[in-house]
Amino acid sequence: MSAKKDKHAPSVVFGRGIWGDNPVLIQMLGLCPALAVTNTVENSLAMGLATFFVLVCSSLLVSSLKSLIPGEVRISTYILIIATFVTVADMSLAAIVPEIHKALGAFIALIVVNCMILGRQEAFASKNPVGRSLLDAAGTGTGFMIALVMMGTIREVVGMGSFLGMPLFGPNYEPWVVMILPPGGFLTLGGILLFLAWRVQKKEQRSASTPDDGATRLEEAV
Amino acid sequence: MSEISLILVSAMLVNNFTLAQFLGLCPFMGVSGRVETALRMGMANIFVLVLTSICAWFLNTFVLEYAPFLQTISFIVVIASLVQLVEMVIKKFSPSLFRQLGIYLPLITTNCAILGLALNQSNKGYDFFQGLAYAVGAGAGLTLALVLMASIREEADLAPVPRVAKGMGLVLIIAGSLSLAFMGFSGLFTTAAS
Repeated sequence: MSAKKDKHAPSVVFGRGIWGDNPVLIQMLGLCPALAVTNTVENSLAMGLATFFVLVCSSLLVSSLKSLIPGEVRISTYILIIATFVTVADMSLAAIVPEIHKALGAFIALIVVNCMILGRQEAFASKNPVGRSLLDAAGTGTGFMIALVMMGTIREVVGMGSFLGMPLFGPNYEPWVVMILPPGGFLTLGGILLFLAWRVQKKEQRSASTPDDGATRLEEAV
Repeated sequence: MSEISLILVSAMLVNNFTLAQFLGLCPFMGVSGRVETALRMGMANIFVLVLTSICAWFLNTFVLEYAPFLQTISFIVVIASLVQLVEMVIKKFSPSLFRQLGIYLPLITTNCAILGLALNQSNKGYDFFQGLAYAVGAGAGLTLALVLMASIREEADLAPVPRVAKGMGLVLIIAGSLSLAFMGFSGLFTTAAS
């Protein structure tokens, strides 16, 4: 009984998406936006916020309507709900911050096909009460935002020598232009994953325990 | 005519969907383990991309002109029904191909390359044949990237890499190198339409 209660504790539901099951770094979901728009911190933040909004609103609607949605057409219904909120986010961004909207381009509309969002609806919001679904969506959305801002920070600092547009290293710094170009996205995420794997391995060697499955070990390591 | 071939080559190499625009990364990471599956996935993608391009042109011409705010919703509904239809047709006429494609076919619905193609095509204002060339080029580029990646991964499986690097970290570094190589194509046409 206590284990079951632990699993549904608000802090566990919220925290799972942030680190242990981080959508980008652990589950490898939603990679397209994570690689495409993280060339500056500003873009990463805007993308993270837009995705957070869509995820939380869709989870709210799906979990409140779950008894009304017939099982056979549930996926299409989820996609329609998500697409509606994406349109709202798209138009709001275009009205409030037109430059960022232009920089993100088609990737705002492409939030519809972010597998992370559909995954949360199918795996969590369709089976859980409204409050818990909201928490889960907020946790996953925050985890996504953290991963994006992390990548955006690395790429902007190294690739342009600035953070949120403020120069950091003075005029003599020669920026690594490749980091803000497409290859930089792959290399940054690859580097982060290698670092995480290295930490897991180090932790493992220290405890020298018998091998079990990787997911639980990663949770212990971080 | 030259403009159409320019669109085709540009979509395939210079602005390769996967390696330069980050569209369709899910199959790129998930299905690039073996060359044979990668090739099959690429073919299925070309097929759906061309059909999507045709549908997007009809939608743009006859519907979205009057209700532009429906763009995202109508595209995703059309793509989802299209994939469902293709699935039923393939199942009926070629059960063996259907079995080979397996789970990959329905997954094409949530492949951002498909929706990305429809959106890009509309934003650039391509006409019917330009859109078709764009779809074929994008699909060919996607297949090229998938097959290249799968060939490298088949070799990398046998290579004595450090234990830390086994898994997605290595795959992403390889993808980064491939993407660097594809950047070399950007000088191919000085006037290439971006």
